Amino acid sequence: MVDTRERPVSDDAVEAAPSTAIAVNGGEAIAYALKQIEPEVVAAYPITPQTLIIEKFAEYCADGVVRTEYINVESEHAALSACVGASAAGARAITATAGPGLALMFEMLGVTSGMRLPIVMHLCTRALSAPLNILGDHSDAMAMRETGWVMLSGSSPQEAYDLALVAQTVAEHPDVMLPCANLVDGFMVTHAVERVDVLPDDVVRDYVGEYEPETSLLAEGSTATYGALDFRDYYFEHRRQQEAALYASQPVVEASLKRFGEISGRHHQILEPYRMDDAEVVLVFMGSAEGQAHAAVDAARAAGVKAGALRIRLLRPFPVDAIAEALSGARVVGVMDRAIGFGSAVNPLLADIKSALWSRTDRPLMKGFVYGLGGRVVTLGQLNQALGELVSAFESGEESTTTTYLGLREDPESAEVSS
Amino acid sequence: MTLKLRDLTLLDDGFESGHGLCAGCSESVIVRQVLLALANEPVVALATGCLEVSSTRFPDTAWKVPLIHSAFENAATSASGIEAAYKALVRKGRMAERPMTFVVFGGDGATYDIGFQWLSGALERGHKFMYICLNNEGYMNTGIQRSGATMLGAWTTTTPAGDLVPGKPQWRKDMTGIVASHGVPYVAQAAVHHWKDLMTKVRTAEKAEGPAFLNVFAPCDRGWRYEPEDTMAISRLAVETALWPLYEVDDGKYKLNGPRHKTRPIIDYLESQGRFRHLLKDKEPGVIEEIQANVDREWNRLRERCGLEPEVTPETTEAAVSAD
Amino acid sequence: MTQPGTESWSEVPQGGTVLLPGSTERNLTGSWRTKLPIIDFDKCTHCMICWVMCPDSCFKTAEGTLQSVDLDHCKGCGICASECPVKCIEMVPEERD
Repeated sequence: MVDTRERPVSDDAVEAAPSTAIAVNGGEAIAYALKQIEPEVVAAYPITPQTLIIEKFAEYCADGVVRTEYINVESEHAALSACVGASAAGARAITATAGPGLALMFEMLGVTSGMRLPIVMHLCTRALSAPLNILGDHSDAMAMRETGWVMLSGSSPQEAYDLALVAQTVAEHPDVMLPCANLVDGFMVTHAVERVDVLPDDVVRDYVGEYEPETSLLAEGSTATYGALDFRDYYFEHRRQQEAALYASQPVVEASLKRFGEISGRHHQILEPYRMDDAEVVLVFMGSAEGQAHAAVDAARAAGVKAGALRIRLLRPFPVDAIAEALSGARVVGVMDRAIGFGSAVNPLLADIKSALWSRTDRPLMKGFVYGLGGRVVTLGQLNQALGELVSAFESGEESTTTTYLGLREDPESAEVSS
Repeated sequence: MTLKLRDLTLLDDGFESGHGLCAGCSESVIVRQVLLALANEPVVALATGCLEVSSTRFPDTAWKVPLIHSAFENAATSASGIEAAYKALVRKGRMAERPMTFVVFGGDGATYDIGFQWLSGALERGHKFMYICLNNEGYMNTGIQRSGATMLGAWTTTTPAGDLVPGKPQWRKDMTGIVASHGVPYVAQAAVHHWKDLMTKVRTAEKAEGPAFLNVFAPCDRGWRYEPEDTMAISRLAVETALWPLYEVDDGKYKLNGPRHKTRPIIDYLESQGRFRHLLKDKEPGVIEEIQANVDREWNRLRERCGLEPEVTPETTEAAVSAD
Repeated sequence: MTQPGTESWSEVPQGGTVLLPGSTERNLTGSWRTKLPIIDFDKCTHCMICWVMCPDSCFKTAEGTLQSVDLDHCKGCGICASECPVKCIEMVPEERD
């Protein structure tokens, strides 16, 4: 499986380390990153579609390839709880989960960020129950947004690997010290086998370094009390400090991505623009719909529409200014939500985008789409339909406040409304 | 070192005064005894509860040893993570090996109820840690609600003594037996008044090659409705009535450590606390008899496991009730 | 350090971690007391039962002998008086100004 041939290096990566190309799915790509990071502790509970990561990593442990202590916990809540104990003890601790597993962890998500423990989680995004569904959407990730984690999102096995390394450096940065989630689309990325270029072990080690906390439970002479009761005299101050740290993580993410570009030749940004230079009609999305989105943009461009796409790579902290800047030329913006924000003013990603653009006097027309729930196949046709609606809005100058559900079997009587 | 109190006074127990536990609380007494008995450097994991909120209120802590609290149900898992971190950090050469003991303190709510699964998982995985259950038979921190450890007939704020239902309708979970069924190296019941027994058990637990569990009887004057000075007396009564036998399960072998005979009927215990007053006042002999029958059944089951003959109650419940 | 409860949000210890071991000592819980323990040192055998049974670590010792009660922290529970084997501790009503 391992292709040991050196890749030809691209022009813009003359100093980058020689990568090795391997053919793996997204889950195994993350496991490979974990092997290279070799954290002290991994604690995880099996859940589809995350199992690929932990099964592969368990093999590394069983073969003695890594010196990691792998805790096979009895639930996802325990997975994150064990990571909290390990991280406070001075260890680098990593977990992975999906959908309902994240829901079961919920209490500990806020505990982890509130205690300022730089745990990394690989979240294989999955639909939430009920009805029970094991397939991909972003319901879990969107429910996690307010828990104080840095949230990175990729679109491919390659990016799953890359961001697994980046997440580590962001979380543990002294200005951040917050947990970081690497969002990986369930099945569409976790189970997709693609070419993944992996860096040499020593380059990864150098990039991620070691976790050296200022205090820990196991430090010689330690008397630290972690997780004390915080009452009305201090809680507010601690929460404000935590908020500041999360906002402070954005430049750290940018610097980590830059440094990663230097060692890998893969230059990721917090936003991934596609044909955005003169784009007037823009699709904003997150995750693995990139292929369809780009193809739809290409088709629209071929038809003479100044179309573009913008993928969100940093979901939290939400890069408000960068988004406003990236969309400064857009006249119509369609936001693709792979989750429903039940009862909210609008769906989650649209809400974020609307907030980011609110202070602009020349706000573009905005329109919400929901797609791909519970693993519903995301097609080029759906993206073409979305762009088509945006073009109509562009031409009419009228904003549609209704949500369009792409790929949904519509009620025949209301089908006209959303087509 | 043998356990002599005068020698122990030369040590720093690692737990400072000025904490907010109620006057007469047994929990800090247990904590001090546990910390004093340890030979190794401790790292403590706390479950949410009276002890945690009273001893670690930011910016203060009563503790002089490293400690973590993260949630109610997961203190055993915190210890799992700390133990795993220790092993991996040593294996990677990032810290020197040194004798450390990972100690968990959780109340009965954290142990019997909400944290049951977390504890069971940690026991099954075999982490080397010591779990101390501070068993005060209820959720005292939230205002005296019933738990799976609360005994039959007891008044709590969620099992009030009503006209129809006289206190808690159910008996209690045999948590010590359940933990022993995990097959872990060392399991024991202890009680706050018997410091020597408790500290001896902590020392045995510390030497166990795997998980150790101590279920420690921890009377609560606020929740059980008795005067603060009676904490030790009530703990003693629980042992004498065989409501709380002192025993250990060392490598699967059961052994009684306390009195080999039950010397008092349960009614003596019930009379000592306001939480049972309705049983006595309203002459609820049915409930009192059922409590005595439960105590007898568990006592004889334990005696059998220890290789001893069954024993009857010294004074029958009927006699005790009619004597009232 | 700064007086508790006056630090700005940027000054408070990160994550609420407490780095002042045993700092509860500054909470003078002796103010809770309604009964005061009086020790008759003529009868005291220095067995240290009071010391081991005190929930508030109030019995001060030196070289294995009992010296005094820390009244700054004693909550007056009376366990010491109840448990003293030679009954040399008496609880008397606390008189305050």
